[in-house]
Amino acid sequence: MNTVAPAAAYAARDYKSDVKPVWCPGCGDYSVLSAFTKAFADLGLAPEKIAVVSGIGCSSRIPAYTNTYGFHGVHGRALALATGLKVARPELTVVVAGGDGDGFSIGGNHFLHACRRNVDLTYVVMDNRVYGMTKGQPSPTTEPNWDSALSPGGTGLRPFNPLVIALASGANFVARGFSGDPNGCAQLIVEAVRHPGFSFVEIMSPCVTFRPDQRGWKDAVHPAPVAATGDAAKAARRLMTDDGFNLGVLYKGDRAPYQPEIKASASIADLERAFVS
Amino acid sequence: MTASSRTSISVVLTGSGGAGVMTAGNMLLDAAAKAGYYGLMTRSSGPQIRGGEAAALLRIATQPVDSHDDRFDIMVAVDWENVQRFAEEIPLGRDSVIVADPASGEMPQAIAAKGARAAAVALKDLAKKAAGRPNMVALGLVAGLIGLSEAILIEVIAKSLKKGDPKTLAASEAAIRAGLAAAPSVGWTATLAQPPAKSGTRWTVSGNHAAGLGAIKGGIRFVAAYPITPASEMLEWMAPALRKVGGTLVQAEDELASINMAIGGSYGGVPSLTATSGPGLALMSEAFGLAIASETPIVVVNVMRGGPSTGIPTKSEQTDLNMAVYGLHGDAPHLVVAPLSVADCQFATQWAVQLAERTQTPAIVLSDQNLGQARAIVDRPADVALAGGRLVEQAPEPGYARYAVTPSGVSPMTLPGTRGGQYTADGLEHNPRGTPSSQAKDHSAQLDKRARKIEGFDYGEHWAQIEGEGDIAVITWGSTTAPVREAVARARADGIKARLVALRLIAPVQPARLAAALEGIGRALIVEQSHGAQFHKFLRAHYDLPGKIDVLARPGPILFKPDDIHRHLMTWSRA
Repeated sequence: MNTVAPAAAYAARDYKSDVKPVWCPGCGDYSVLSAFTKAFADLGLAPEKIAVVSGIGCSSRIPAYTNTYGFHGVHGRALALATGLKVARPELTVVVAGGDGDGFSIGGNHFLHACRRNVDLTYVVMDNRVYGMTKGQPSPTTEPNWDSALSPGGTGLRPFNPLVIALASGANFVARGFSGDPNGCAQLIVEAVRHPGFSFVEIMSPCVTFRPDQRGWKDAVHPAPVAATGDAAKAARRLMTDDGFNLGVLYKGDRAPYQPEIKASASIADLERAFVS
Repeated sequence: MTASSRTSISVVLTGSGGAGVMTAGNMLLDAAAKAGYYGLMTRSSGPQIRGGEAAALLRIATQPVDSHDDRFDIMVAVDWENVQRFAEEIPLGRDSVIVADPASGEMPQAIAAKGARAAAVALKDLAKKAAGRPNMVALGLVAGLIGLSEAILIEVIAKSLKKGDPKTLAASEAAIRAGLAAAPSVGWTATLAQPPAKSGTRWTVSGNHAAGLGAIKGGIRFVAAYPITPASEMLEWMAPALRKVGGTLVQAEDELASINMAIGGSYGGVPSLTATSGPGLALMSEAFGLAIASETPIVVVNVMRGGPSTGIPTKSEQTDLNMAVYGLHGDAPHLVVAPLSVADCQFATQWAVQLAERTQTPAIVLSDQNLGQARAIVDRPADVALAGGRLVEQAPEPGYARYAVTPSGVSPMTLPGTRGGQYTADGLEHNPRGTPSSQAKDHSAQLDKRARKIEGFDYGEHWAQIEGEGDIAVITWGSTTAPVREAVARARADGIKARLVALRLIAPVQPARLAAALEGIGRALIVEQSHGAQFHKFLRAHYDLPGKIDVLARPGPILFKPDDIHRHLMTWSRA
């Protein structure tokens, strides 16, 4: 009997494609891509058993940069597409990626329902509080006074709090990372994939082009002072009262994932019989 | 009136919503099926969940019927609540009889104006004495009038109430007997002729259920569903049916989600479908384009209702044709298939699934409320062998290109889980590998390929139904096929020889095939249920038509009667 532990089957590079990203130099999303590939290697998953699904936006370009299966769909609907894939093919590891505009504005309704449906997906949102691909408009997480051509003087709107919304909607795992710490992000993604049900990881990923002020995030972030809780109300209260820069796993629930059993018990002839006059 | 024997009798049961006319109508249809007749039941109802107006419209015949007749022979009004709202949908003649309960009050003017003979039966009183309900008295009454036996009715009701309270069953039986006993007092003497001996299996099935079965027969094993009238019954039938055959249905949060879920399921290799109606199809149009661009086959069954906007959700129209054919951004070749009868909902949907899978192209099935919510007694549809499925690459070579440009346009597709076949499906234009590209050569090559897949496909004989010889053609599609068929048969009896051409394959268009079908035709009548003559304009845009064209186009919700088309045909063909 072979008792020697096998060498790591995969390295991070096995998950990288040869497609060059469209991202600006210095974009936080490069680090998130590294975190993805490192997490996949740490999980030891064969690239063909993973699917990365996304919508539209800078961060949603990520599937083509990985060497897994992928789907770059339409704006805001990545979670729905991923839900169909995972329910139809439960043995696959399905990771959904996108940005704050894609996930919380045009895709906001799907975000709520993905949380409450609790399909075993991992949803990574690279939050830079701006629409970057369309060149700098405010998103649902943008600060109210952030000036832009589309909303001169700021939107005046209270920012959306994705982590609290996720908790209120029933997400089973909630974490926050910072792209400046790719290893930490990789660890969060590993935990999120391993945790059953819908796992939501918000990664603060600066937009160096339209939000150069976000370079300052690296000095603001810090590990969450307390360990993850299994009490959603407690986690939400912490998130609503903290400084917004706590990193780490913030909530781990124990809801059973949604996964209808796929098992045939009848033939088509049996179905037809019900129609016989 | 002297006693006579008819090959077809039409009956309408009306009442307020909740009065049970649909239940009585369905039981009447089931009894007719048991007795060996063919038949059709459609429903008309208002938007109210309860307490609105409802009508069960039936035609029972010795031969298959897919269309209502010109008028109803017997109308039984369980009450008069709101009946004026659909009076125009209930044609009655001078020979027709209207049975109503004097206790319901005076006959509304909208009904009285039709000039039919009135007969009084105390439905409520008889029901009360039997401790049953007036709708069951009406059921027994109609059965007595048209000549269905008590034994068959009792068998049907026992089957449908077998899980219920025995007291309810006994009361219903008593009410039915009271109705049967009251029948002679109506003075109606035309009964159904004996049906020919049954050969082969018959089904009593709705278009929506037939479409669901066709989907499963075509291989659909994943459905994402968002409720909408009049498509919900298809989805509700599929939910347990799919589970039984090893499939899954997920209720989505909206139509945007349902179509994207279907795309996800299909990308995973499981043939996938969603069903909706006009407003839902509008919401799905963006993602439908994604399915085209990413070459992910899905089927969207669109059960048309009156539009635009919320329109008339409970009633039929053929007005999503433009949206189904043209309602996408970009050059977006796709499949559009239309069932031509209730039973054809099965074949058309099955065919659409197989075409979608074979060509890796999404398909829209354009059914309508008239087909979807009708129940018909039909000969079991023949099993049509349709070969082939999705071209799946199981052992990709190094350098595998998902969107390789091939002679047929169809490229071997890997499924997630297949080693070495990883690719990113993309709504962005892409090169053969799937890498996003905005270059002209990639755009042209992929546009050509996507068009070629469906333009070069051999659709065989299923693209249309062509019946009869003559120098006149009547061209139609979808649910108007049935009244056209009946009108063409009547015209033939009058010496006018016409050919029925009913298009099942709407897109891609088949100019060579239609030209052959119209060989020798000097003039054509186009019949459709749309105010804007969408089908006529569609034909004009894509086909060479004979020199002389006439159009019979009108909106819902009043369905075409064979007589409307027959009269038009007679006048016009002699003009």
